[in-house]
Amino acid sequence: MSSKPVERLDRVIIRFAGDSGDGMQLTGDRFTSETALMGNDLATFPDYPAEIRAPAGSLPGVSGFQVHFADHDIFTPGDQPNVLVAMNPAALKANLKDIPKGGTLIVNTDAFNDRNLQKAGYESNPLTDHSLDGFHVHEVALTSMTIEALKEVEGITSREAERSKNFFALGLMLWLYHRPTEGTLAFIEQKFGKSPAIAEANTRAFRAGYNYGETSEDFAVSYEIAPAQLAPGRYRQITGNVALSYGLVAASKLANLPLFLGAYPITPASSILEELSRYKNFGVTTLQAEDEIAACGAALGASFGGALGVTTSAGPGIVLKAEMVGLAVMLELPLVIVDVQRAGPSTGMPTKPEQTDLLLALYGRNGESPVPVVAASSPSQCFHAAIEAVRIALKYRTPVYLLSDAALANGSEPWLIPKVEDLPVISTTFATGPNDGDVFHPYKRDPETLARPWAIPGTPGLEHRIGGLEKADVTGGISYDPDNHDHMVRLRAQKIANIAADIPELEIDDPDGEARVLVLGWGSTYGPIGAAVRRVRAEGHKVASAHLHHLSPFPRNTGEVVRRYDRVLIPEMNTGQLLQLIRAEFLVDAVGYNRVRGLPFRSAELAEAIVALVGS
Amino acid sequence: MNGKGGLVQLTAKDFKSDQEVRWCPGCGDYAILNAVQGFMPELGIPREKIVFVSGIGCAARFPYYMETYGMHSIHGRAPAIATGLATARPDLSVWVIGGDGDMLSIGGNHLIHALRRNVNLNILLLNNRIYGLTKGQYSPTSERGKVTKSTPMGSIDQPFNPLSVAIGAEATFVARAIDTDKKELTEVLRAAVAHRGASFVEIFQNCNIYNDGAFDFVREQKENRIYLKAGEPIVFGERGVRQAEDGSAEVVAASEGGLLVHDPSHVEPSVAFALSRLTYETVGATPFGVFRSVERPVYDEGVAEQIRISREKRGEGDLQALLYSGDTWEIS
Repeated sequence: MSSKPVERLDRVIIRFAGDSGDGMQLTGDRFTSETALMGNDLATFPDYPAEIRAPAGSLPGVSGFQVHFADHDIFTPGDQPNVLVAMNPAALKANLKDIPKGGTLIVNTDAFNDRNLQKAGYESNPLTDHSLDGFHVHEVALTSMTIEALKEVEGITSREAERSKNFFALGLMLWLYHRPTEGTLAFIEQKFGKSPAIAEANTRAFRAGYNYGETSEDFAVSYEIAPAQLAPGRYRQITGNVALSYGLVAASKLANLPLFLGAYPITPASSILEELSRYKNFGVTTLQAEDEIAACGAALGASFGGALGVTTSAGPGIVLKAEMVGLAVMLELPLVIVDVQRAGPSTGMPTKPEQTDLLLALYGRNGESPVPVVAASSPSQCFHAAIEAVRIALKYRTPVYLLSDAALANGSEPWLIPKVEDLPVISTTFATGPNDGDVFHPYKRDPETLARPWAIPGTPGLEHRIGGLEKADVTGGISYDPDNHDHMVRLRAQKIANIAADIPELEIDDPDGEARVLVLGWGSTYGPIGAAVRRVRAEGHKVASAHLHHLSPFPRNTGEVVRRYDRVLIPEMNTGQLLQLIRAEFLVDAVGYNRVRGLPFRSAELAEAIVALVGS
Repeated sequence: MNGKGGLVQLTAKDFKSDQEVRWCPGCGDYAILNAVQGFMPELGIPREKIVFVSGIGCAARFPYYMETYGMHSIHGRAPAIATGLATARPDLSVWVIGGDGDMLSIGGNHLIHALRRNVNLNILLLNNRIYGLTKGQYSPTSERGKVTKSTPMGSIDQPFNPLSVAIGAEATFVARAIDTDKKELTEVLRAAVAHRGASFVEIFQNCNIYNDGAFDFVREQKENRIYLKAGEPIVFGERGVRQAEDGSAEVVAASEGGLLVHDPSHVEPSVAFALSRLTYETVGATPFGVFRSVERPVYDEGVAEQIRISREKRGEGDLQALLYSGDTWEIS
């Protein structure tokens, strides 16, 4: 351990930034893993360009990874980093605006040459022109020290040696914050073991960085962040897309139905397809279809055959699936459609989060075709949201939208791993015989759920035909009867509306019960709202908060809750979609806080908006 | 099988649903429906194991008339839905029925991918070279210059040759029949079912309302039908088919000799493709029967195989172990 003075901190936010080829995501990931093992609470936010390798040294090519860790429970990846690690001028320029004065900058001086400065749009060198005077700047010759440290490693090119510089930076940062190194050394061995020279280079660069911190006079102190007081149990770090994948596998196990995923690669949903393709021993089938439509169609076909059909995508793919979701509404078969929302319209900003598909999920189909909508609120909560979406789909024989977003998909947090025996029971049954004397009526409903029987091919005597044409009530025959159509439209709506009785009530967080202002959220704003509310309360204000995980139908007490407060604030990363629904459905004069910047909210800005309302 | 354990021989009647058939009187679809219903009993497959999936169009009404499981889905999407069904349920006999607009226009992408994946499907493309249900616009198989309601000055696009498309899409089984020739149609269906994997059958179907006589060159003038028989030289009447020096197929007087001996099991698809180019437009005659029938791994078998290997290597999935995987830590 360090012989230098050690300072204790309660929380730190670090942002690693460099070229998209600099390995910043991997560096951040490793730092996070070591931090998780230290027992800190943490939250991460990767922010990277859609281009795999944008021009080196350019502003659009900057890739960042932010990690927030603390000795107490935290809600978000943090507003403003305390520390920025900038691998080149572009990384500094793109991120400096987010660093408060007095913050720490660790910059790779080797990259600050005329060419890179010019590419980043600097007219003079910020390291020498005093523009960084308000910051603690650590100038580190990362590249040249890495190359120097690797000069005895045989079998690597100078380009390869240079690429190890992210491990130098990682080693330095782990030293600075008293993180363990064993995990990273094992990781290097595992990941690069097939190329011993590269593994050796990365290991040496990593150790050199760690030792540099220890010996360099530039770093006079190091920092300690004590473990957080978290609920007892076994933890792991998990991203939203992995949690969502696990949730689908779990639901398939709980329901005892094989999981069939139809998917087409799309950012930021692809990693669910990749993750699930690894679980074939759970009986999972993943079909990478020819397009988004086929992905959804194959899932629906599998559902017709008695599997748990799921399709995953993001906005541009979700719009293509609309007709198939409409067919699923008509067929009344289970189907889960996962929408990992990203900034739109059209291709928009593929790697950036937004909450702009809520109304699409609710209404984006022809005809009146109600579909339940479930939304995940944090990376680890994606697990439970997936199970809930499957539960509703199977019980009510309906397509269900599950909304996540790019911030949840790639963001991570520690997760108290649930025990399988504590997970909800999902029971589903197939029809086995006639339901009206000797006759089988495919649209004769369960009186409680209004779900129709799921009679799968292979069941003798229940042969029947279904399709997109309007059904006669009960018999399921084709019907153009006006009154039947009116009845069926209302019946399909009633079936979905009734689910409100089968989901938890909306919970209110209002410690002393005296708040007059309610902050109502849904989806990934859960973290920022929670942090903002905590901040506002610390300032002595009273505010209540509630978070919706079901957007259709709403929890049965939603109307009562929003009417109970003088003012309702609805922060959304859209221009007011939930706001519109709440106002329309409950005639409440709620107000929105809306930003569509392709970034999660900062808790500071939300706190300001809340205080403005509390004080008004 | 009936409930008493004895064998019950099903008849064509057992495959007729209670739905009234609503195609236009004189439509070629009637003959195809009769042939399919008549052929079903000899399959020896219980009705509950048979599924007909269709898209939208006149032909897509087919499932409603079959007393089996069925789905009348969305325009063009039947091959995609059937791919999911057949992959999840390899025990089923899954049939896809559609027209030329359904399968070659709006659903062209799904068709070619189902073929290349070799999904275990029997795909019947009822080609009438016109849009019937929407009342007479030109289709992707309509000949160039086709005057229809949507092309008053004649269509200007080159049509698809469905068999060429299928062969180009790596189909393992490709055949053609005609609505009025029940015997040949039944034989082709028999071969299609016997083939495990994607079987593609184009059936010439006369739309007597919007495109009457489209296939008269073979429907009426039977001498233009070239029946392909495996292992035999391709002869029809006084004429025969020979392979030209450039690899294409040409029609010559049979007496010239050197005729092509038909081999649908030939792995290389060039000859089958050359045969698919013999059309009314090129030679005034066209082949029927099985053009191509080769073995290739079937999609659902590949899926099942990977699941089996994965279970063999890693054991049946243990959910709790999965959740505990990766770096974990304990907080007490």
